[in-house]
Amino acid sequence: MDAKPLPKSDDGPVTGRPTVAVHKFTSCDGCQLAFLNLGDDLLTLAGLVDIRHFAEAGMVDPEAQVDIAFVEGSITTPDEYERIRRIRASSRFLVALGACATAGGLQALRNLNGLTQEWMAGIYATPAYIRTLETSTAISTHVKVDLELWGCPVNGRQVLGAVRALLFGVLPEREHDKVCLECKRERAVCVMVARGIPCMGPVTLSGCGALCPRFGRDCYACYGPAENANTAALGRRLAGLGLPPEAAAHRFHFINNGAPAFLEAGRRAAEGGFDDG
Amino acid sequence: MDIDVSVRESRFLPSADLQNLLDVLTEAGYECIGPRVRDGAIVYEPVTRAAELPYGITDSQGPGEYRLRADAGGRCFAWANGPQALKPLLFAPQESLWMVSRDAQGRLAFIPAQTLARPIAVLGVRACDLAALRLQDAHFRDGPRPDPAYGARRDALFLIAVHCTHPAATCFCVSTGDGPHADSGYDLALSEIDEGFLVEAGSVAGGVILRRLPTVEATTRQRETAAGEIEAGARAQQRALPGTDLRDTLFERLEHPRWEEVAQRCLSCTNCTSVCPTCFCYSEHDAPRLDGGESAHYRQWDSCFTIGHSYIHGGAVRGGTRERYRQWLTHKLGGWHDQYGRSGCVGCGRCITWCPVGIDITEETRAICAD
Ligand code: SF4
Ligand code: SF4
Ligand code: SF4
Ligand code: SF4
Repeated sequence: MDAKPLPKSDDGPVTGRPTVAVHKFTSCDGCQLAFLNLGDDLLTLAGLVDIRHFAEAGMVDPEAQVDIAFVEGSITTPDEYERIRRIRASSRFLVALGACATAGGLQALRNLNGLTQEWMAGIYATPAYIRTLETSTAISTHVKVDLELWGCPVNGRQVLGAVRALLFGVLPEREHDKVCLECKRERAVCVMVARGIPCMGPVTLSGCGALCPRFGRDCYACYGPAENANTAALGRRLAGLGLPPEAAAHRFHFINNGAPAFLEAGRRAAEGGFDDG
Repeated sequence: MDIDVSVRESRFLPSADLQNLLDVLTEAGYECIGPRVRDGAIVYEPVTRAAELPYGITDSQGPGEYRLRADAGGRCFAWANGPQALKPLLFAPQESLWMVSRDAQGRLAFIPAQTLARPIAVLGVRACDLAALRLQDAHFRDGPRPDPAYGARRDALFLIAVHCTHPAATCFCVSTGDGPHADSGYDLALSEIDEGFLVEAGSVAGGVILRRLPTVEATTRQRETAAGEIEAGARAQQRALPGTDLRDTLFERLEHPRWEEVAQRCLSCTNCTSVCPTCFCYSEHDAPRLDGGESAHYRQWDSCFTIGHSYIHGGAVRGGTRERYRQWLTHKLGGWHDQYGRSGCVGCGRCITWCPVGIDITEETRAICAD
């Protein structure tokens, strides 16, 4: 619960019908779908705010000055490196949306091994045409971010909650529980205790409503690390359930490998290094 | 409500007639909730047919581990408690407390939530959960500010206890004095023996239902068999707390090194408090409608293992797991004596089984309270 600035810039709170932009960087577009899938709420939203730029929904004005900018995706190219700085300069309140924007996304796996060039050569027919950075990084690595919404993808409830709070002129309430608490509130049966399936819920931030455990599968940590996450204790438990070090490392490094707590835990898991407690 | 044990009827209901109990309860207007197998565990959900009950199923439980397996005996209640039973039926995991709406002039109207409590009959309630229910009643119903939603649901509840004969390795209700025999607090109580059920009434409402069932007088042999099985279950328990009042010992040892040691193993994940039938903490939140014209104020289960639980203006009092685990144990086994006149632990063992890393409250307590 670290303090965050209130949703206003130096020239006062957001008033009237705020202008909004939804920007895309390196990502799968899944978080923008959290807007597009809102149904009737999207119509209400369109009445409450003035959406200036949202390419996936057909509004294109990428340089628009806006009150609230939602940013999906990570920074992976020289062009994106420049563009995020322009967007920051033209936005009063900047929201990073989803795992790519908050932690660099799946694609930040390339930060871990320095094999970007080899991977490109292996995947693309003409890699010479690709201009990319060596790393995939979170928006906050580059510019000041006023609010982060974690998740891969984020869901409509989070997005609407954030918009509504900003319209009221307050900061959205931040999730701080672990997936296990949502899992129990949903009365899902714990897959780790009842079936011995390795689950990431005990170290993962809430917000998804324990979607995976409710369907009988393990949490794969798509909402990123929770506060006070004891990754070492979970790492030992994963090993106890028979997960080999490499597989345990993948659990931590899967989606939010750029989040420091998971980056470090994955490294320790790969080295089989949780035994010392 | 309570009737002296000595005058209780004890009747015999043949196995094949358990369906009659469900039918009579349904006719009396109750929705029946009972044990069923779902996702590898015994959970409490609506039942209409006796065949849906977990016949021929038993469990094995240990720290961080729960498994169901076939049981040759073919009985219906040959298992100890699963992850949840009564608590979520009364203390809802999430519920709206009030709504606020704004009219065209900007005036606010506050509307309390109405609880439409349907009459529910719960089949298969264990002694530990009846003891836990008394504590939840003390907290939510009997205090100076009764909780209306809890009270409405509580009033609509009909409880059919089952005396335990198959404690899990994690059960320790004998040491807390809460089981495995259900002494009071039920409407009906069942003892399962091979050929059927002994049925006792514990309330006037229970007596009314009992008289509608096709029972016969229980034989002395049947009563002795039932009592013997409950006693054997009690003797089979493997765990115990080192005492029923550890308040002073725990509060004297707030700096014991074990708190830090357990914090290295604890995930601070809230599974223990969520499955605990006596834990009652919740947090409150607002869910405004997007247009801002209306907002629901709701509560949901919280836990002393979250940062929000101890958050007060500007920071959390209990930032680390050492402080959170210590809060859980010293409140449960210490502070409750001041608040409710007894320990908050009824020995159900759920926090041991459903802890993903198998932290054992009896072991931690022994380590801290030893010598
Ligand atoms: S299934 Fe996963 S998220 Fe749910 S309680 Fe178990 S460990 Fe936690
Ligand atoms: S503390 Fe553990 S054993 Fe005691 S009542 Fe709660 S869940 Fe059951
Ligand atoms: S703790 Fe006692 S009453 Fe509860 S399930 Fe175990 S044996 Fe039964
Ligand atoms: S004791 Fe176990 S269940 Fe409770 S918070 Fe710690 S790890 Fe989770």
